Amino acid sequence: MFIPHTDSERDEMLKTIGVKSLEDLFANVPAKFRFPQLNLPPALCEMEAFAQAQELSMANVSTQELICFLGAGAYHHYIPALVDNLLQRGEFYSSYTPYQPEVSQGTLQAIFEYQSLISALTGMDVSNASHYDGATATAEAGIMAISNFRGTRNKIIVSKSVHPHYRQTLRTYLQGNSSVLIVGDEQDKDPLSSPDALEPLMDYQTALVIVQYPDFFGQIFALDHIIRKAHEYGALVAVVTYPISLGLIKPPGSFGADIVVGEGQSLGIPLSFGGPYLGFFATKKEYVRKISGRLVGETTDAQGRKGYVLTLTPREQHIRREKATSNICTNQGLMALAATIYLSALGKHGLKQVANLCYQKAQYAADSINQLDGFSVVSKRPFFNEFVVQCPYPVDEINNHLLEHGILGGVDLKTFYPELEQHMLIAVTEMNTREEIDALCHVLQEVKHD
Amino acid sequence: MTEPTIYELSVPGRVGIKFPQPDVPLSEIPQELLREDLPLPELSELDVVRHFTHLSSLNYSIDGGFYPLGSCTMKYNPKINEAVARLPGFSYIHPLQPVDLIQGNLALMYLLQEWLKEIGGFAGVSLQPAAGAQGEFVGVSIINAYHRERGDHKRTKILIPDSAHGTNPASSAMSGFSIVSLPSDPVRGNVDLDSLKSLCDDSIAGLMLTNPNTLGLFEEHICEITEIVHQAGGLVYGDGANLNALLGIVRPGDLGIDIMHYNLHKTFSTPHGGGGPGCGPVGVASHLVDYLPSPIVIISEEGTSEMPPYYDFYTPPKSIGRVKSFYGQFGMMVRAFTYISMHGPEGLRKVSEYAVLNANYLLSLIQEDYHLPYQRTCMHEFVVEGRWQDAPEVRALDISKRLMDYKFHPPTNYFPLIVHEALMIEPTETESKQTLEAFANALKSIAKEARTNPELLKTAPHSTPVGRLDEVKAAKDLVLCCWIPEQE
Repeated sequence: MFIPHTDSERDEMLKTIGVKSLEDLFANVPAKFRFPQLNLPPALCEMEAFAQAQELSMANVSTQELICFLGAGAYHHYIPALVDNLLQRGEFYSSYTPYQPEVSQGTLQAIFEYQSLISALTGMDVSNASHYDGATATAEAGIMAISNFRGTRNKIIVSKSVHPHYRQTLRTYLQGNSSVLIVGDEQDKDPLSSPDALEPLMDYQTALVIVQYPDFFGQIFALDHIIRKAHEYGALVAVVTYPISLGLIKPPGSFGADIVVGEGQSLGIPLSFGGPYLGFFATKKEYVRKISGRLVGETTDAQGRKGYVLTLTPREQHIRREKATSNICTNQGLMALAATIYLSALGKHGLKQVANLCYQKAQYAADSINQLDGFSVVSKRPFFNEFVVQCPYPVDEINNHLLEHGILGGVDLKTFYPELEQHMLIAVTEMNTREEIDALCHVLQEVKHD
Repeated sequence: MTEPTIYELSVPGRVGIKFPQPDVPLSEIPQELLREDLPLPELSELDVVRHFTHLSSLNYSIDGGFYPLGSCTMKYNPKINEAVARLPGFSYIHPLQPVDLIQGNLALMYLLQEWLKEIGGFAGVSLQPAAGAQGEFVGVSIINAYHRERGDHKRTKILIPDSAHGTNPASSAMSGFSIVSLPSDPVRGNVDLDSLKSLCDDSIAGLMLTNPNTLGLFEEHICEITEIVHQAGGLVYGDGANLNALLGIVRPGDLGIDIMHYNLHKTFSTPHGGGGPGCGPVGVASHLVDYLPSPIVIISEEGTSEMPPYYDFYTPPKSIGRVKSFYGQFGMMVRAFTYISMHGPEGLRKVSEYAVLNANYLLSLIQEDYHLPYQRTCMHEFVVEGRWQDAPEVRALDISKRLMDYKFHPPTNYFPLIVHEALMIEPTETESKQTLEAFANALKSIAKEARTNPELLKTAPHSTPVGRLDEVKAAKDLVLCCWIPEQE
């Protein structure tokens, strides 16, 4: 389809190589299995392929057609037009990892700026060039903390209010290391409690404490106490955060966090059914050599011109092989670029404005829902842009009713926390107008039990 | 030709994108939670557009020219891919929407799973892994889980050929295995069969094999290799990095490979994005389908003549678990789905045939000037030495840097580790005969310059925005940020 050769060019090339046919190039492939007939649909041309994709996409109902109150780690934010327009420059998206810095300064400088913006936002010294998503960034924090103590500490305490997918991914990543113990999110723990409740679990075996801020339920707890306590035990603290909220609230770095990770999707990346997203990872300078993933540093060429290169590469798999800090190779380059453009375009004022809109609209929505018969907001205040509502009926029934009115209701929390039956997690962003919030309340009030 | 950073361009008080005023009554925010300073830059929209446009112009890209980076499969990234991935019915879908509202996405994922199974010869596929390296990690985690499930706890080692990518040993180590290096035979470049036989015992959990290997050579004893490992009770992991040589040529599953990851960003044309996002689905043979990462997509109700099938998520009973949030790099799946649709069975076979044709043609054009350590027909790529006895000071790196002056992206350098001064060249099928000839001519000129004016190579590149950069200084000074963070 995208092969430029004419038949006569092909024949000339075969002649130069010294073989008769294309088949002759594959003499090393076992004859018994060579040239299988693949059972795939016949080829489409571009016009047909576009129509096919369009038809499939129209079998979905998108957040453009509905009023969306879904969050839980993926958020419906406004993406300024310039972000995708710049991402679609082939110079960015059809290049690869900048192994050859002289012809990759665009990508390298953009990553350097990304690292700077993430450091600024999280209040940390250094950021890497990104991970796959918030879940894998969290898992990498676990790996880094365990290796930081070189086998002398094997315990990770993770709050139950950390995103369930992140906790699952953390466990998958560490399951090969049978000495690691992950505790803190057991069945009997209250998912809505403050991170301070983790204190009794801490000991001198604790390598890492992982908390989320604002937590999975949107609640904002000051982290001074838990971080101070963890440090008294010599443990590290990783804070999972939501970058938009940091336009408004204190950065985790200001509480003394050792590692700050999170999902960067909210920074100019479309919902796109869960990916590609962006995992960010920032830490203190003293741990920079323990970081996994790419890092870009500033330097100069022989003429003294400023330039950027991948640095501290001896940590990485292509040099250290099995002794590397991680197996990560590719990062989420283009998604990191999206976040860089988004944060540059919004800047100091724009991000503050978006964060404030999310906060204000969520408070209004929570106050309004709290006044409805049978519904009560059970998140502790303050919360950022998400909150938990205890409902009088099962959430799926309520959501079916909302859908009939074109509203995507909140996440049914019992899918993540069996103990939170009839609890809904509602997310509000700058995209939700007051009319939409009022409509949500109106429909919620008229829901009748089937 | 350097571009200031966004912080250098920032002007206090300048405003970029604006948002509406709140349309709800305002609530108080607890003062003790408010951040004091938000040190983001202040730029106008046009400042931002110009800045990133300037930065883009400092990059070499496939859209701009030939990019023969070995092992990376830098083929053309069709524009249609970008258009379909941005259809609002795909890009505006929240991952936690009810299953009724995402039937289109699930159908696409289901079909892509089925197609990848067919292409690779596997019984099950999970689309979740985010990149090739994560696919490898999933693969070795499945090997681990498989042996543990059978109570076979002695198997603590993974065999890895010395020509393998660094991600192979790193992924195995992450999964708790120790690594045993497997030598290559020095004449044909295959896995050394005698070494393999002597190393295969009941401590071996499996073998990670890249085929064609990183020398661009097809393993001539592939069926014996998989049989030896299976007889010793191990599993064979196939690194799918080089699948671009095998589409419609041979199915790795038919050769006895138990697990393999696909690189959608190599073989199936999704863009490399300056270093991601990738997408690394994993295929497995029938005895391993229950271990795949969750969730995968299944048909829960068969379709009829009037109704399409109903799709849903499914968690395999012995799943190794989840390796990322939600379902994988969905946007990349849409692109790969479109690419496969546009090729069909004949088109895919043609992709590999022409990828191999291009590599062999380029090799025959330069073989007189560059030493080929293994005298064989190559597959989709080949490795030559970037050194000459009569130009002792010139190294592979110098050749690469000089290629930039000829407006080409360099090949991969110094990999695989078993070839001295390796230049690993992968042209891909989307390059024309004329482009290959122009590149061969550049390499030939450089081979001459190496003898007549080696200094020209040692000081190259001469035409790029910056010259060779001081990597030692970068690692020593460690400036990783536009501003130096304040020390407490």
